Amino acid sequence: MTATATAATTDLQTLDMAEIELREVNAALQGAPATNYTQFEIRNPRGSHAVAVGLDAEIEVTVKGSTGYYCAGMNKLATVHVEGSVGPGAAENMMSGTVIVEGDASQYAGATGHGGLLVIKGNASSRCGISMKGIDIVVHGNIGHMSAFMAQKGNLVVLGDAGDALGDSLYEARLFVRGAVKSLGADCIEKEMRPEHLEILRDLLDKAGADAKPEEFKRYGSARKLYNFNIDHADEY
Amino acid sequence: MCGIVGLFLKKDDLRPKLGDMLTDMLITMTDRGPDSAGIAIYGDDSDGLKVTVQSDTPESDFAGLDTALGEALSSPVTMKAVDTHAVLTLPEGTRDAAIAFLEARGLRIMGLGEAMEIYKEIGLPKDVAARFNLRAMGGSHGIGHTRMATESAVTTLGAHPFSTDEDQCLVHNGSLSNHNQMRRILTEKGFAPRTENDTEVAACYISSRIAEGANLGEALEGTLDDLDGFFTFVMGTKTGFGVVRDPIACKPAVMAETDDYVAFGSEYRAFANLPGIEAARVWEPEPATVYFWER
Repeated sequence: MTATATAATTDLQTLDMAEIELREVNAALQGAPATNYTQFEIRNPRGSHAVAVGLDAEIEVTVKGSTGYYCAGMNKLATVHVEGSVGPGAAENMMSGTVIVEGDASQYAGATGHGGLLVIKGNASSRCGISMKGIDIVVHGNIGHMSAFMAQKGNLVVLGDAGDALGDSLYEARLFVRGAVKSLGADCIEKEMRPEHLEILRDLLDKAGADAKPEEFKRYGSARKLYNFNIDHADEY
Repeated sequence: MCGIVGLFLKKDDLRPKLGDMLTDMLITMTDRGPDSAGIAIYGDDSDGLKVTVQSDTPESDFAGLDTALGEALSSPVTMKAVDTHAVLTLPEGTRDAAIAFLEARGLRIMGLGEAMEIYKEIGLPKDVAARFNLRAMGGSHGIGHTRMATESAVTTLGAHPFSTDEDQCLVHNGSLSNHNQMRRILTEKGFAPRTENDTEVAACYISSRIAEGANLGEALEGTLDDLDGFFTFVMGTKTGFGVVRDPIACKPAVMAETDDYVAFGSEYRAFANLPGIEAARVWEPEPATVYFWER
């Protein structure tokens, strides 16, 4: 075995939830900056709640299985890769970093996120990206009803279809949908796709490993009739 | 909050393990509902109609109950007493007389059916499961519920599942807002709920629709039109298993299917011990969409 291979092996810390409690797992991940570990593998999550939450360092975490509520919540800087499906509230209030879900996500994935990238390779159910505040979300499959409700900032990209009331009471988030939109919510309208939007989309599709062309999407945004927003007063907000 | 679990076997070889699998699922859902727990299990067809009764004083109430009922019906009755519950197998054509006899003795009727038995009590799911030895029960399908009470008190009769017709049972996560109005309508139709519980109203509604000729799918479809509120329902019949969520779909639900079974859980955690779950098709049931399986 070469020295490099040995170093790589010891850099990976395995956390087996069949043997240790959730608190220990999250404490190990949150305490990572004080150690040499930068890569973690969580085994046997068995649908547990709050797996890999509150991370605050540039570490890579792989979750080998499906999780319950609030997986990778409040993430900052870390990359969390879930090799399964996630329950409600995945990557809720993410600040930065990347969360990748190989399977499906339950309701309100990416809710209130301020930054970072959430990639869902399966479907996301209702309320995806609700009140998003700067996060980018790319869903390879479909999203459910009331997605991007009151979404303020960031981009929601959907390769499949969107459910009822997409973007209801939307603020300034951009919504890109390739498939059908069952219905648009109040104050959400289809908008012109300009070159800068295609550029944003191309970059996000690339980062999310999505096999789709920006030109295949439609853009939706706020009609700005519902909320008290005056672009001439933007400096005062 | 409440937790729901359900398991519908597609093949016979897992039948002896049904109770064991369902018990694991039920106990996993304890923190969604620690007030009471219950299970409806569809076992082998018996020689007649089975009635599950409950008593808070089983030692005195169940002593000689089978003999007394048999004498009243002029035909022998078999009885299986487990903790606060007893399952009596009735001779043909004695249903109404038997119910009158049992109710006159102050026993609570939990449910009736050729295949279904119902066990429910207040307390932690693990304790309820142990009291009734749920793990040892076999069968074709079963539904369980862990309750965190909201709309009515923590009582045995307020525990789920609710059975309002033969071999039918319903469990519910959510709360209904038009149950008082629906209670009056159902009472006029002859499907009066016995408790103050909102879920029992939904069970009576579904039973009334099935009595009118609807199949399980159609009856569940009707809940979307006629019931207002939050609900994830899981319903069992003698040969069927169905699921429906209200259009808003706030109450969590996840399903798993393999060649061997269909499983329902409020959360994925409930599936963690199921055989072959790693390779199962796992999905979240769509809002306002009826799913049902019949054998």
